[in-house]
Amino acid sequence: MAPILVARKVTKRFGGLVAVNELDFEIEEHAIASVIGPNGAGKTTFFNCITGFYVPEEGVIEFEGKEIQGLRPDKITTMGIARTYQNIRLFGKMSAIENVMVGMHPRLSLHWWDAVIHTPAFVRQERKVLRRAWELLDYIGLTDWANHQANSLPYGAQRRLEIARALASEPKLLLLDEPTAGMNPQETAEMIEFIRKLRDDWNLTILLIEHDMKVVMTISEKITVLDFGTKIAEGKPEEIQRNPRVIEAYLGRGAASGLSAAEAPAQAA
Amino acid sequence: MNPIWRSTLKAGLLTGAIVIYVALTGMVLSLSQRPVIGKLSLGHVVYMLVFVGMGYITAVRSPWRQERPWLVPLQGAVVGGVGAAILALLPLIGRKVDLGWMFVTAKPELYKFLLFNQEQVARGVLYLILTGAVLGGVAAVLPILPEVLHKALLGGASTTLLLGVLAELVQRTVLKKVLGPFFAYKGLKPTGAAILFVVLTVLFGLQAWWRQKHPKVTKSVAAQEAEAASPLRTTLQLGALLLFLLILPVWILNKDTYLNSVVNLVGLYIIMGLGLNIVVGFAGLLDLGYVAFFAIGAYTVALMTSLGPLGHGYSFWQALPVAILLALTAGVVLGIPVLRMRGDYLAIVTLGFGEIIRILANSDWLKPFMGGALGVLDIPKPKIGNWVLKEEYQLYYLILAGILVTWFVASRLYHSRVGRAWQALREDEDVAEAMGIHLVTTKLLAFGFGAAFSGLSGAIFAAKVGSVYPHTFNLIISINVLSLIIVGGIGSLPGVVVGALALVGLPELLREFSEYRMLFYGIALIAMMLVKPEGFWPKRLKVYPRPQEEDAEASAL
Amino acid sequence: MNQWQRRLEYWRRRYDITDVVVWLFGLAILAVAVYGTVRSLQTTTYDSKRWAQFVVYGISQGGVYALIALGYTLVYGILFMINFAHGEIFMFGAFGALFTALALDKAGYWNGHPVLSLIIVLLVAMTTSSVIAVLVERVAYRPLRKAPRLVPLITAIGASFTLQYTARSFFGSGLRAFPEMDMLKGSVSVFGLDIGKSHALTIVVSLLMMAGLYWYVQKTKTGKAMRAVAENKDVAALMGIDVDQIIVRTFILGASMAGVAGVLYSLIFFQVKFFMGFVPGIKAFTAAVLGGIGNIPGAMLGGYFLGIFESLGPALILEGLGIPAPSQLKDVIAFTMLVMVLIFRPTGILGEAVSEKRA
Repeated sequence: MAPILVARKVTKRFGGLVAVNELDFEIEEHAIASVIGPNGAGKTTFFNCITGFYVPEEGVIEFEGKEIQGLRPDKITTMGIARTYQNIRLFGKMSAIENVMVGMHPRLSLHWWDAVIHTPAFVRQERKVLRRAWELLDYIGLTDWANHQANSLPYGAQRRLEIARALASEPKLLLLDEPTAGMNPQETAEMIEFIRKLRDDWNLTILLIEHDMKVVMTISEKITVLDFGTKIAEGKPEEIQRNPRVIEAYLGRGAASGLSAAEAPAQAA
Repeated sequence: MNPIWRSTLKAGLLTGAIVIYVALTGMVLSLSQRPVIGKLSLGHVVYMLVFVGMGYITAVRSPWRQERPWLVPLQGAVVGGVGAAILALLPLIGRKVDLGWMFVTAKPELYKFLLFNQEQVARGVLYLILTGAVLGGVAAVLPILPEVLHKALLGGASTTLLLGVLAELVQRTVLKKVLGPFFAYKGLKPTGAAILFVVLTVLFGLQAWWRQKHPKVTKSVAAQEAEAASPLRTTLQLGALLLFLLILPVWILNKDTYLNSVVNLVGLYIIMGLGLNIVVGFAGLLDLGYVAFFAIGAYTVALMTSLGPLGHGYSFWQALPVAILLALTAGVVLGIPVLRMRGDYLAIVTLGFGEIIRILANSDWLKPFMGGALGVLDIPKPKIGNWVLKEEYQLYYLILAGILVTWFVASRLYHSRVGRAWQALREDEDVAEAMGIHLVTTKLLAFGFGAAFSGLSGAIFAAKVGSVYPHTFNLIISINVLSLIIVGGIGSLPGVVVGALALVGLPELLREFSEYRMLFYGIALIAMMLVKPEGFWPKRLKVYPRPQEEDAEASAL
Repeated sequence: MNQWQRRLEYWRRRYDITDVVVWLFGLAILAVAVYGTVRSLQTTTYDSKRWAQFVVYGISQGGVYALIALGYTLVYGILFMINFAHGEIFMFGAFGALFTALALDKAGYWNGHPVLSLIIVLLVAMTTSSVIAVLVERVAYRPLRKAPRLVPLITAIGASFTLQYTARSFFGSGLRAFPEMDMLKGSVSVFGLDIGKSHALTIVVSLLMMAGLYWYVQKTKTGKAMRAVAENKDVAALMGIDVDQIIVRTFILGASMAGVAGVLYSLIFFQVKFFMGFVPGIKAFTAAVLGGIGNIPGAMLGGYFLGIFESLGPALILEGLGIPAPSQLKDVIAFTMLVMVLIFRPTGILGEAVSEKRA
C-alpha cells in the first residue's frame, strides 16, 4: 500500500537545540504506527511539525503526495489530519456536543449571513451537524454527557471526547499524543481495543506517541524510536524489542550489554 | 489574644481604612445632598454601609456561628466600632492640622458632617463610634438568625433603601400612583419607610419560606433537553417582554423626557454592549478602543446630515447604512494588523487606536472637514415620512428597533458555525486553529460585527443628541461598555441589559454620583473578577436536544 | 527547485491575503513617512542646532519612557501579563514627589538644600509607587494568578481606573503645580548645545537608575532568583525560591523606576495631574514592545528610541506633508509606530521569538 504520510530529512531547531534531526519517516495507509522515545526525544515536536504548529527548518513532509510543511494548522486539518493532545485540550467551557460541532468546522461551508437569516441550506446543514454530533457521541458512548460542560467530564470521557472532536473533522490520518496517559490497566486495555476499532470503522491511518511499552507493543504495526531528535531504530515491535540501541536509549549506557533484566527497570526508574 | 478576636480586630482596622477612603474620595459630602429616608442622606448611607457590610461579612465568616452565636453580634459591633473610631480620627486630626493642601476633599464641612453636626466634638465622636458599633452589631445578627428571617430582613432592608435612593424614579413614573404617599419631595418619609420595610420584609419572608418548602431542583439536563425541544413557554415569555417594552416610554414612564432620555442612553449602551460582547464575550478578544467605532458612526451621521456649514444634507436614513459600513470598514482595517497578535497586545493597540481617532477629530488638520474641538452641530432628527422622531419617547422606538436587530443577529451568530468557532478561539487559540479554524478571518468577523454595532449606536446617538464633539468620545465610553458586559456576564446577551441598567441607568439617575462613576467601574471590574467572574446574569450552555427520527429522515430526503 | 523557488513556495503557503494586506498597509505608511521626511528636509526652516536640540529633548523624554517601560518589562518577564496599572503607579509616584516637594518648599529646604531635597523626593516617590504597586499586586493580581488570561487583564484595567479616579477624587481634577527649583533654571552648554538643566538632570538620573537596575538583576541574589522565576515558576519554587516574594520584589523594583520617572517628569513639566499616567503609560508600553517585551536592555533602548522619534517626528515627518499644528499629532505618531512594530517585528528589536513557544 502507498504511504499516506512521508517525511524526508525533517529538521526542527530551537535556538541551538536540535529537537528533530534529519528525520525520515513513512506511514502506510490504514496502518497503526507509533513514535516512541525517552522524554525530550522530539516526539511531540515532530507531531507539531506535521500539524503545522511548527515550521521545520529543513526537509519535506508530504501528505497524500502533497507537501504540507509550513502550511498553517487550519489548512492541514482541512486536508485531513487531526490530532489529540498529551495534556487534554478540550474547549472546557463549551458543552461536549459543542466540542464535537467545532470539530466539524472544516467540513462546513455556509457563511454568517446564512446563519443570520436562517436560509434553508443553513437549517439543513445545522440539522445535519446536530445529527452527526449525536452519532459521534453515540459512537464513543458519551450521549449522557452531551449537554454537560466539557471540563466537568470524567478524565477518561475527556480523552474520548477529544478523539470524537478529532473524528468530526473527517480525517484520514489521526495523530494521538499519549492516548492512554493517566489511565489504569483496565482503561488502557479498553483504549487499545478502541483504537483498533477506530481504524477499522473510520478507515483511518493512526499514528501515536506513547510511553506505555505494553500499549506500543500490542497495538503498533510499525514503531519508530527517537532519541535526541534522531531516529535510532524503526521496525516491527519484535525487532524493536531486541534492538540494543533502543534498550540503551531507554535504560542508559551499558544496559544492553551488561545488566540483567531484573536490575534494568530499577535503573530506569 | 484569642486568634478570632485578633482577626476581628483586623477586620475593624480594614473597615476603618475603607471608610476613611470613602470619606476622602469626597463621596460622603457630595452625596449628602440627596435624602434617602427622612434626614438620612445618601452620604450617610455610603459610609454606614461599610460598617453594615463588614459586620455582616465578619459574621458570615465567623467560626463561632454554630457554637457561640451570642458572641457573633459582639464581633460585628467591634468591627463597626473600631472602624468608626478610626474614621473619627479624620475629623480629629483634620481640625488640628490642615490636610487640604493634599486632599482636596478634607474640608471642615466633611468633618462637621461626620460628627453629625455636633457642636461638641467629643459628643460627635461618641455618636459616630456608637453608630458604627450598632450597625456592625445589627448586621452581624442576620447570619445567626434562621434562614427565612435572615433573607426576609436582608431583602426588606435593601429594597427599602433602594426605593429611597430611587425616589425620583418612583415619583416620575406610574409607580407614583401606588407608592406616592410613602415619599416626601425627595426620598422616603420615615413612616413610609417603616411601612414599606415591614411589608417588604413580610413579602421576602413569604418568598423565602416558600422556597424552603419547595426547594428549586436544578433541572436535570435531560429535562432541559426535553424543554429545548418544545419552546412554547419561552415564546410566551418573549411576547410579554416585548409588550412591556412597547408600552414602556408612553404608559409607564409617562412620556417623561428626563427618564426617557436615561432609558435611551441605556439603550444605546445596550447596542454597544451587544457588539462588544461579540468581540470580548464570544471571541475573547479584549478591545479597549471600542469608542472609536462609536465615534465613526456618530461623525458619519453628523457630517452627512448636519444642517450646519459642515453638513452635506443627506437624510438620517441615507446616512445610517453609510455609518455602519464605515465603522465596519474601520474595524476590519484596524483588525487586520492587530488581530494576529496576542490578547494583551490587542488591548493596548486598540486603546491607542481609540485615542488616535479622538486626537484626529480634535486636530486642526481635519478641522475644515470635522469641525475640530467645536464639533458638528445642527444634526436633524430622523424622520419617518412626515413623522419626526424629535421627543425622547419617540426616539426610544428607533433605539429599541436597533437593540432588537443587534440582539437577533448576535444570538443567531452565536449558535452557528461562526459562533462556535468564536467560542473555540476564546477557549484555546492554538487548538482552535488546529481544528481547522482560520484565526484571522474568524477574529475579523467578530471585530467587524462589534464595530458595526458600535457604529449603529453612534449613528443613533448623533441624531438623538443633535451635536457631536470630539471630547465626547474618550476612553471612558470604552471602559463603560467593557464594565457593563463584565458585570452582566461575559458572553451573555441578557447580561448586557442587566449591566447597562446597573452601570449606566443607575448612575444616570443619581446625578451626584456621576463624579464617582469611573471609580466605581474600576472597583466593579476588580470585584467582579475576584468574587463573581461569571457576572450577574451568567451565560448558560445551550441545550441541544437529540434529534427525532423523523428529522433524520426528513433531512435524508 | 533552487533556493529562491523554494523560498517563494514556502512564503506562498505560509502566508495569505491578509498578511499581504497588512504589509501593503505598513509599507504605505512607511512611504508616506519617508515622503514627508524628504519634503521636510528640503523645505526645512530649522538649522542643525535645532535638530540636535530635538534629539536632546527626545533623549530626556525617552529616559522617562525607558524607566516606566522597565516596569512593564519586568512584570511581563515574570508573570506574562501587562500591568495596565503601571502608568498609575508612575502617577502616584509623581504625587508623592509633589507633596514632599511642597512640604520642603514651605520649610525653605527646596531651594536651600536642592540636592538633598531631590534625593528625599526621589526616595519618597519610589516608596509611594512601591506601596501602590504592592497593593495592586496583592489585591488584583495574586488571587487570580491561575485564572484564564483575560481575567487578570481585566482586573489590571480595573486597577488602573480605580487608581486614576482615586487620585482624582483625593487630589482634585485640576493641574497641581510642582514647585520650581532655582538650581534647575537655565541651561548648561555641552558641545556647543544648550541643554535645559532639568533635561540634563533627567538624562543623568535615568541612566544611573538603569545602570543600577541592570546590575541588580544581573548580579544580586534576588536578581538571579527573579530570572529563575521568569524562566519557570514551578522549578524555581522547587529550588527553594519563594515565588510570591520574588514577584512582589519585581513589582517593587518596577515601581521604584516608575517613581523616579514620576519625579523626572514633574521636573521637566512642573505639573502633576491625576490623568498624567495614561499617555506616558501607553507610550512606555510601546517602548517596551519596541525593544522586545520581557527584555530589560530592550526596554531601555525602546524608550530612548521612542522619545527621540516622537520629538523629531512632528517636525520631520508631518511638516513636510503640509499638516498644520503637527505637534497635536505627536501621540498619533507614537501609536502608529506601535502598530508598525507589531506588524513587522512583533517580537521587538531585541526580543526573542516568543511565538514559537506554543502548543
